[in-house]
Amino acid sequence: MIKKIVISSENVKFLDKINELSGETVTLCDQCGVCSGSCPMISEMDITPSQMMRKVQLGQMDVMDSKAMWLCASCFACTVRCPRGLDLSKVAEALRQVKLRQAIDHIDIKKIPENEINRLPQIALISSFRKFTG
Amino acid sequence: MIKLPYYPGCTLKTSAKNFEISAIESAKILDIELIELPRWNCCGTVFSLTSDDLIHHIAPIRNLIRVQEMNGNGIVKDEHRLVTLCSMCYNTLKRANLRVKENPDDFKKINDLMYLEEDYNGNVEVIHFLELLKKTGFEKVKEKVKKPLKNLKIAPYYGCMLLRPKEVGIDDPEDPTIQAELLESLGAEVIDNPYKKVCCGSYQTVQDKYVVSELTYDILTHAQREGAFAITTSCPLCAFNLDNRQKEVKEKHQDFKQIPVFYFTQLMAIAFGLGEKYCSFDLNYINPRPLLIDKKLL
Ligand code: SF4
Ligand code: SF4
Repeated sequence: MIKKIVISSENVKFLDKINELSGETVTLCDQCGVCSGSCPMISEMDITPSQMMRKVQLGQMDVMDSKAMWLCASCFACTVRCPRGLDLSKVAEALRQVKLRQAIDHIDIKKIPENEINRLPQIALISSFRKFTG
Repeated sequence: MIKLPYYPGCTLKTSAKNFEISAIESAKILDIELIELPRWNCCGTVFSLTSDDLIHHIAPIRNLIRVQEMNGNGIVKDEHRLVTLCSMCYNTLKRANLRVKENPDDFKKINDLMYLEEDYNGNVEVIHFLELLKKTGFEKVKEKVKKPLKNLKIAPYYGCMLLRPKEVGIDDPEDPTIQAELLESLGAEVIDNPYKKVCCGSYQTVQDKYVVSELTYDILTHAQREGAFAITTSCPLCAFNLDNRQKEVKEKHQDFKQIPVFYFTQLMAIAFGLGEKYCSFDLNYINPRPLLIDKKLL
């Protein structure tokens, strides 16, 4: 049986937006999986980094419901290894930004326990606010 | 004494004061005076990765303008290098600098956005203290050693921000050696292991401390298996995740043996014979003093 993947104009629009925000050409990804094999957060992720790329290629907006894009630690391990020269950290950031720019924060600062707030260095707090709040 | 502009960043003024003091004092031994940038501001800690987000590059670029001003008012003479200690500040400042240098449109827009500031001229070079040490020469470092770190087995940890992405990395992203070269010149025994460049989980420590503590467990136990007595780092966020998060590691892994985490500059201060006066070991979570006493370094 022949299965067809239908890519609607909505899907194309989403792909274009992520390409624009990330500055990457996501369709260049050939799904080799090197990024997934390099990712320190993979064991916690629901979809792998390479699946994240695939979903963006197909313009599937449900990629933004994934835990994976929030678990990306911007460590650039995949960035230095991608044989296609793609920077996946920028794609993950573009996806987060699309959400954050709707004023949908990923963390609620008020819910960080007080003892943690007192323990965490500024560098941890500021970087997480930059990544997880709009 | 050569005078160099120096950018501390927020955390080096608080929980990582032990990093700053030990670096400044050790630098003096090498005839380097690190002069704090007047009116510096937080760099934003992370480099903004989206193409349309220019506003977050103002904070790092404004700091580079301060280097120009230091030259203008004679605090330094024709010195356009800006020294950083914190790996995250290094990465953010260096990448922002690169972005404006490579994109004339962005460069102009950012200068326009900071209307009342002096225009940035694009001449500042952001460097990390480790690069400065390498340039000074590890031979020269070695000459200044009064208390060689004999029998001290140290696993240097690099993390991400000193190495990646390639265009800002200070060393080979897959097999860095710059900290090892420094530690060897201080007389330490260097323990190499592949986890030296694996991410510690970074800011994920805020949303899920146990995700990070599992990475900490992997990184530290691999170093221990190779025989390391301690770890060194140059990032206050790595330091928090590798040092303070040992509390959470211990909760999950009863067999785990705690291990001290130093800023590499604290070991420089010890090796240079400055004693613990400039080390502020009270800010390290796992007390490194017993190890140093055991090795007759204190
Ligand atoms: S490493 Fe690059 S080409 Fe390979 S799957 Fe990941 S993003 Fe695609
Ligand atoms: S940058 Fe993100 S996706 Fe890439 S390896 Fe690091 S954590 Fe994984």
